[in-house]
Amino acid sequence: MTLVKDDSGRGSADDEGDMPGRDDTYVPSQRRLDRERHKRVRARRATAIAALSTLVTAAVLYVVVVSAPGWQRTKETFFDAHYAREAFPKVLEGLWLNVRLLLIVGALVLVLGMLIAIARTLRGPVFFPLRVLAAAYTDFFRGLPLIINLMIVIFGVPALRLQGVTVDPVLLGGTALTLTYSAYVAEVFRAGIESVHPSQRAAARSLGLTNRQALRHVILPQAVRRQVPPLLNDLVSLQKDTGLVSIGGAIDAVRASDIIAQRSLNYTPYIVAGLVFVALTIPMTRFTDWVTARMDRRRAQGGAL
Amino acid sequence: MSDAPVLRMESVRKTFGDSVVLRDVDLEVAPHTVTALIGASGSGKSTLLRCANLLEEIDDGAIWLDDEEITDPRVDQDAVRRRIGVVFQAYNLFPHMTVLDNITLAPRRVHGVSREEAEARARELLERLGLGEKADAYPDRLSGGQQQRVAIARALAVRPRLLLFDEITAALDPELVGEVLTVVRDLKDDGMTMVLATHEMGFARDVADQVCFLDSGVVLERGTAEQVFGDPQQERTQRFLRRIVEAGRL
Repeated sequence: MTLVKDDSGRGSADDEGDMPGRDDTYVPSQRRLDRERHKRVRARRATAIAALSTLVTAAVLYVVVVSAPGWQRTKETFFDAHYAREAFPKVLEGLWLNVRLLLIVGALVLVLGMLIAIARTLRGPVFFPLRVLAAAYTDFFRGLPLIINLMIVIFGVPALRLQGVTVDPVLLGGTALTLTYSAYVAEVFRAGIESVHPSQRAAARSLGLTNRQALRHVILPQAVRRQVPPLLNDLVSLQKDTGLVSIGGAIDAVRASDIIAQRSLNYTPYIVAGLVFVALTIPMTRFTDWVTARMDRRRAQGGAL
Repeated sequence: MSDAPVLRMESVRKTFGDSVVLRDVDLEVAPHTVTALIGASGSGKSTLLRCANLLEEIDDGAIWLDDEEITDPRVDQDAVRRRIGVVFQAYNLFPHMTVLDNITLAPRRVHGVSREEAEARARELLERLGLGEKADAYPDRLSGGQQQRVAIARALAVRPRLLLFDEITAALDPELVGEVLTVVRDLKDDGMTMVLATHEMGFARDVADQVCFLDSGVVLERGTAEQVFGDPQQERTQRFLRRIVEAGRL
């Protein structure tokens, strides 16, 4: 289909000398025209089938949900316009906390994750304790469920009653998120570092670069570039998990909806909060897809990257 | 003093696990000469070069660069590598950097040359290698022959005392081999000291002052190109060269 379009558009470009020129006597053969007509027909049929199947699926879903015995009740409890209107501004207000947490924790996680990943790849006996610590850290925090980590930090640290240590659930919750997520991100970075072919290191060292210079100028830039899609994926995940700091009483979007729901015994606020999170995540996932697709294209063009 | 070898190896032994890759290898490379290492795949040519650049640690023996024993464990290995340029079979250019950045990385980061000076020198090298207009391209936009010439420019940028070439034409299409070999010939005319592991026998015969035939990690035969190619003494050398001739490579 696109082929045909391109060609018709190119006719005029030809006249302006935009093309290599020699092609202007080219007349598409009957064979090509037949082939393209067939492709067009097939594409049109595919679109029609897709549209029909979407419609049918939507209709079936609608009928199943609406004809469910508890639908009327569910509708009132979860999809009440009145409560949705009441909850929306409060949820948005709470969301500001989630966004701030995402930005600050996200930045910390990237820095800390990178440091841990580098610590794990350091050679030499001096760094042995550092390597072991970094490995133990990632093993522990990747295994520890986030919710338990949050509870330990948010409730455990204040219980110690240490002088000068905060009891603010937002700061503590942010700390817990940073601990868990930097373990994940460290592994992503480490995988990236290890995916750079050893010959790159050999080339760098043969030029006289020290191990550190090779890491900084040759290995890390390639490692980070390759790991952009999985890193963005982790950030999307972090974005949702910032909602968990509400277990300490901080009023984020989730907690804001919870307050209204508890009072009104109507669950619509949860739906509102959920949709707001989805709306916030979609641009980020689309961005991730876009970056991934762009990198795949580059690779497909025959680059070593 | 000027006749003292640039590179000297004595009784070098290298093993990987149970397999002995280099056995009692002796080698002397005089200044401004070209040494060609020939031999079948797996005979130890590449390992020899990697040992000379300290990318591999030898098990026994010793290596000297300009009268300094570089296999002494107290030696600063990075400082040694700065004096030796290496060009690899697979080019090993840095894919995230432009051609210019590939070439100026080591002069700027290792030798502390200013950006302007490093870039001026890089452009001069590129011009000489016929790549003047490729300075701002990324390696993946270049042909194999162009990439390999950039790799040579990168190695030359730090003004090395010695250049090691590891099968630098082995990954190239036949019609691109010539452009790379021309560069090596020019370097010889400039008086660069070089050691090259190669399968290009015709080229080795033309350009090498010294030819070493390696067989299972041993330098089985060595001499001038006329001696080794014209009148090989060892039965294995004769057999190797016969196979090369039969394959139409000489």
